[in-house]
Amino acid sequence: MTEMLSYDFMQRALLAAVLVGITAPAVGIYLVQRRQALMGDGMGHVAMTGVGLGFIFQTSPVWMAVLVCVLGAVTMELVRSRGNQRGDIALAMLFYGGMACGKLLVSLSAQAGAGSLESYLWGSILTVAPSDLAVIAVLGAVVIAVTVGLRRQLFAICQDEDFARVTGLPVRTLNLLLAVMAAVTVTVAMRVVGLLLVSALMVVPVVAAQQLTRSFAATQAAAIALGVVVSLAGVTGSYHLNVPSGPAIVLLAIAVFAVFSLLAAPLARRRHRARGEADQGPKVCDVQLPSQGSSDATTPEQRAGLAQ
Amino acid sequence: MTHPIPPAVHLRDAVASRGGRPVLRGVDLTVAPGEVVALLGANGSGKSTTVKAVIGSVPLEQGTLELFGTPYGSFRAWHRIGYVPQRTTAASGVPATVREVVSTGRLAQHRLLPFRRKDREAVDRALAAVGMLDRAGDGVADLSGGQQQRVLIARALVGTPDLLIMDEPMAGVDAASQQVLADTLRAEVARGASVLLVLHELGPLEPLIDRAVVLRDGCVAHDGPPVPNTGLHALPGHDHVHPHADLTPPRLLA
Ligand SMILES: Nc1ncnc2c1ncn2[C@@H]1O[C@H](COP(=O)(O)OP(=O)(O)OP(=O)(O)O)[C@@H](O)[C@H]1O
Ligand SMILES: [Mg+2]
Repeated sequence: MTEMLSYDFMQRALLAAVLVGITAPAVGIYLVQRRQALMGDGMGHVAMTGVGLGFIFQTSPVWMAVLVCVLGAVTMELVRSRGNQRGDIALAMLFYGGMACGKLLVSLSAQAGAGSLESYLWGSILTVAPSDLAVIAVLGAVVIAVTVGLRRQLFAICQDEDFARVTGLPVRTLNLLLAVMAAVTVTVAMRVVGLLLVSALMVVPVVAAQQLTRSFAATQAAAIALGVVVSLAGVTGSYHLNVPSGPAIVLLAIAVFAVFSLLAAPLARRRHRARGEADQGPKVCDVQLPSQGSSDATTPEQRAGLAQ
Repeated sequence: MTHPIPPAVHLRDAVASRGGRPVLRGVDLTVAPGEVVALLGANGSGKSTTVKAVIGSVPLEQGTLELFGTPYGSFRAWHRIGYVPQRTTAASGVPATVREVVSTGRLAQHRLLPFRRKDREAVDRALAAVGMLDRAGDGVADLSGGQQQRVLIARALVGTPDLLIMDEPMAGVDAASQQVLADTLRAEVARGASVLLVLHELGPLEPLIDRAVVLRDGCVAHDGPPVPNTGLHALPGHDHVHPHADLTPPRLLA
């Protein structure tokens, strides 16, 4: 453990893991709330074009990915808010186009090493450079400030957009803000979990947490805690087992989801018992129907009914 | 006729379409201060669209809308409006408690400031008014449809609005709760609130209603006093308009 922490790259990777573990579920919860769980996935694909552009122009792939991803997210939000019937087709084009474009650009670029794109796709703890960490930290801080600071507003627009408009919220601006935050999160998380699995870290901790929670606030807190735990554990596991960090993190998150779903039913039952029987009413129906005499429980009609 | 206080809603000659189809073809609708207006009409006649035009979520292609005397474009006093949408569920993809959902109705009051004690008390009062205070901590997804409807009504009441806009608030609500809601609404009206209600049957709200507006195919077919103890078919303008519809039309209202 101490040996692991003595490496600079591991310190950076763990720090990045904490930031990603917080930001991904913090944004993802709103996407899940709006039943747009796969939006993060789409943005991960679009970000590949950004990475490709970074390779071609020899600039930071992270900043390029931020740029392209934000453009993609704004497009997706505009398509969604139009309520366009063919909206899903437009999004599909964006996803496939982004992925194809990314691969093409990378193979055209001079530094097209075999593993270069690979590390962006699946996450790699070895490649979190100090400059990357600075970008991740700044962007992560912005995402956390927005998603936690504006949680009542974002909750309202994702819960019921029409109603939110009547409370005077700038619904369109907030929707765009949320889309941009999701795009930024994708690029923040890409070094740690990889573009293909980014969406999993946005969604799985949220759905795992909601197996056990009843309120939005508790779900958000639990999802963020879970995100941090699985990210740290995944990066650590990745170091010890020499596997890519993304798959390790995601498999851990799914394992947590499985355990929580198994716990959900017994826990709900216990919660009901804990609330006491006073407000629960009697366990079984003990109301005497008028037709039922006090002495004879079964009337002729009922017997006739039973005999049928 | 001029009002010393401008009407809460003043919609004139509204034309709007949804999904490319014209749905409103020139609707006039006014709700005076303190007035209770019922919006009636068959399924698909454009009641919900009219209401959505009033709150601005369906854009007008033609016509004008004023809220409390202010043109829609420059209207900012959203805290004066409470809205109950027509829907079947209050649940979304992530669990939320009854209290959390009702709290969103206070956003126009506290805005970016933290949620304070008086906000919490308002939520309690609104939940008590619809008889759901004992379920405040439960998830909305765990409630029945009628209970969810009552939560959505509480969400509209929680900001003590001057104008309540309710799209079929009584749908799926049992008779006893309808009576409770009618009493709540009466108290709101006594406080001075105006109400715009979409209804299919007047029910226990009947004595409260000052005026009925009947829509047919996106046009106003009747605007005047509600006819007591009758359904839609007895309202003027609703009989014998379609020349071939005389083969015992199905009754809309039981
Ligand atoms: N989201 C939508 N997209 C496209 N068309 C719509 C949409 N919502 C409603 N419409 C159309 O607009 C017309 C009016 O619908 P509206 O919801 O206003 O009716 P309504 O009077 O509220 O009916 P109901 O009694 O069923 O609530 C209908 O013909 C419907 O087909
Ligand atoms: Mg309707």
